[in-house]
Amino acid sequence: MNKPANGRQNTCCSTNRGRLSGRQIERNQPMTTKTDTANTQAAVEQMANRRVYKPNVDIIELPDELQVLADMPGASADNIDIDYEQGKLVIHGVVTPRDGDRNQKAAAIVCEYGVGDFHREFQIGEGIDSEHISAEFTNGVLTLHMPKSKAQSMKKIEVRGG
Amino acid sequence: MTRLANMGDLRRGMDRWVDTMWGGIDGMTQAFPALNVWEDGDSFFAEAELPGFTMADLEVLVVGDELSIKGNRQHEGEEVKFHRRERGTGTFARTITLPAAVNPDKVEAVLKNGVLMVMLPKAEEARARKITVKSA
Repeated sequence: MNKPANGRQNTCCSTNRGRLSGRQIERNQPMTTKTDTANTQAAVEQMANRRVYKPNVDIIELPDELQVLADMPGASADNIDIDYEQGKLVIHGVVTPRDGDRNQKAAAIVCEYGVGDFHREFQIGEGIDSEHISAEFTNGVLTLHMPKSKAQSMKKIEVRGG
Repeated sequence: MTRLANMGDLRRGMDRWVDTMWGGIDGMTQAFPALNVWEDGDSFFAEAELPGFTMADLEVLVVGDELSIKGNRQHEGEEVKFHRRERGTGTFARTITLPAAVNPDKVEAVLKNGVLMVMLPKAEEARARKITVKSA
């Protein structure tokens, strides 16, 4: 099975180790406006430490719509945000840590990928009918239906579970 | 005996080196699926990201200390026009050797939101035992 390497190896054991180039990993930038409250500071630090990965994406053109498929394993329909504004599509998925049945003391012996949030942005050249964009999330894959049209306006898209 | 043992070490060393090469260079295809494995006294826990698969597409097999995962992900029809194509398709098979034998009857696999989790209880003889030291 051919799978493009997207730099997710060797990062599961600790948060800040492993060689990761900017292309491989997109770390959330700390907010530019800093406030003095401890809560905000803590939130900023948490954001800065959160690992973010680019999901692998297929974009398919059908006669009446563009279809965007994104591999986002570990995300769920409730934790995915999709925004489409002025031709810019932003996909963001928050992945909650998963321990399953594993007990907290279990030691990592093989670490080939890291777990983190998913984020990806695209500029869509074609006119999209933003009122009728729909999305579903099944088996870890987000499918976005973007019907073609001339109108381009701002819209927040709901994600249906599957 | 010694020579054979050394050969084993050498081979393991080579495997490690090869793994590093394939896993470590950007842009190269790595083994699929990538695996994370944990261990505690009683069990191993293996996890793989397999988005787009259902349990029907996957085969998880355990023999002795070897865990094999096989599967197949179909691609969309060839006639559609791809603007971008990054998601892998086709058949894969991967086998890893665990540090100890597992009890194949008690292996459990769960697939949720594209993440496969396999719980592999160790074989009785491989479990960690607490040994009571008797005073003489």
